[in-house]
Amino acid sequence: MVDRTLRGKTAIIGVGETRYYKRGDAPDPEFKMALEAILLACEDAGIDAREVDGFVSYSNDRNDPPRIAAALGLPDLRCSTMVWGGGGGGGSGAVANAAAAVATGLADTVVVFRGLAQGQFRRYGQGARTQTASGAGAFTAPYGLMSPAQSFAMRVRRFIWEHHIGQEALRAIALTSYAHAQRNPRAVMYGRPLTSEGYDDSRWIVEPFHLYDCCLENDGAAAVIVTSAERAKDMKQKPAYVLAAVQGSAYRQAATAHNAPDYATSNFKTLAPRLYAMAGIEPQDVDVLQCYENFTGGVMMSIVEHGFCRPQEVNEFFTPANFFFDGGRLPLNTSGGNLAECYMHGLELVIEAVRQIRGTSSCQVPDVKISMVVSGPMVQPVSSSIYCAEPNP
Amino acid sequence: MNRHSYNDDRTHYLPSGLPVPAPYADGLAREFWEAARCHELVVQRCIRCLTWQWGPEHICHHCRSFALTYEPVAPRGVIYSWERSWYPVHPTLKDAVPYLTVLVELPQAGGARMVGNLLGDRLQVVTIGAEVEAVFEDHDHANPPFTLVQWRVVADVEADS
Repeated sequence: MVDRTLRGKTAIIGVGETRYYKRGDAPDPEFKMALEAILLACEDAGIDAREVDGFVSYSNDRNDPPRIAAALGLPDLRCSTMVWGGGGGGGSGAVANAAAAVATGLADTVVVFRGLAQGQFRRYGQGARTQTASGAGAFTAPYGLMSPAQSFAMRVRRFIWEHHIGQEALRAIALTSYAHAQRNPRAVMYGRPLTSEGYDDSRWIVEPFHLYDCCLENDGAAAVIVTSAERAKDMKQKPAYVLAAVQGSAYRQAATAHNAPDYATSNFKTLAPRLYAMAGIEPQDVDVLQCYENFTGGVMMSIVEHGFCRPQEVNEFFTPANFFFDGGRLPLNTSGGNLAECYMHGLELVIEAVRQIRGTSSCQVPDVKISMVVSGPMVQPVSSSIYCAEPNP
Repeated sequence: MNRHSYNDDRTHYLPSGLPVPAPYADGLAREFWEAARCHELVVQRCIRCLTWQWGPEHICHHCRSFALTYEPVAPRGVIYSWERSWYPVHPTLKDAVPYLTVLVELPQAGGARMVGNLLGDRLQVVTIGAEVEAVFEDHDHANPPFTLVQWRVVADVEADS
């Protein structure tokens, strides 16, 4: 077998998002919003929805492709794939699956989507109201450890302790997202700026996470369309070529009861080398980064594990100025991301990465050639993807 | 008050009403919870290669033997990480915040780690590396009854003298 790579073989040609709402505020059912996002992506790409022949999602999305295909009257559903695992870990992995389906001829026009209305189902930020916690949950829930914030705080605490990192590093990530969201009218936190004092004075959710270290809880849906690089050249939008997209999970990261041997990690140590090898680039080639913020501490470890700085450089590197879209060393989360635009499980980060390639972001970095996404730190599996203005840079 | 309605909360770190621990649906982990009822701390271990394993699984991750046992270990460890929760993630916890959760490493069990609450002052300074000992917290009036493995810092002998 020759040329076993996804590099440059596919592109994102369309993106779609519903309006993003605070949890519980969406006027439409989750499934209807998923359909709306998919149709908006088709419209953006300039294609008829009947051309879609595949769907990929992640995080156990409730809106299954057979129902979507029936609802949209699609002639042939050639690909329907779910990335296993929770959180946003499958965001880039779903793009990888779509790209793989297109590159191998299983399908031609694959939608990656996520519908998520926390107000209509269960909130992520609270524990389940069950009588018993069986299996792995028995080792945490009876001790009051039930939410994602609590599940990740001890990994971050350990990393902070090992590398003598100050709270200011986490604060810089939150301030960056909020600053960028103030320029993005789609952002749920548009018009609600955050100051250093506002961060410092905010309540603890679980130490070391203040309120603003935690992602939002929202209602909405998002979708992107992947097709072949050849076809993408002649489409309505400037293509965002998929230069690399990979998923992974290191040795026993999913060991239960917090027993991953390497604990203070975002789980990208095995993935990042494969990502850069597929893309054929180095970290310093990345012009702009969208890095999944379930919690700021995950962003911190992700940036380190993707080679943008060493652990001992975090205190110095993590400043709002370094992450600002205008002149920063590593422009970060330029739409406001999960912290301040919308928690659409990180698919909104893929869309923002595409905008940066197109030159249409509300925090546009000049002359972007390489645009990168990191999906779902600290879960299993995680994934990352790299987009490019040219199929073979 | 009815004499049968003994209030467990007086002797428990967190109030009653949180989910009751249970083994996996296929029975995995039953031995751990049964041992805890007897105030014994056990960790899974491979009979063939002697690798310690936690949480429990149906196979040894090192030699892939299915022959595993639960071996008693000394109820002593060191704090590997910790967190102090301020947001009540469950209605039961509304008046119980803040509270401390610790991840305890068991050096005598190959570095296996256990999650539990750290007893004592909820605002205490927590030190990674501090020695802790297990405290078995009985919930005799729960349905079904169960026992949690909690932890408290071992008094520093030199500091006390």
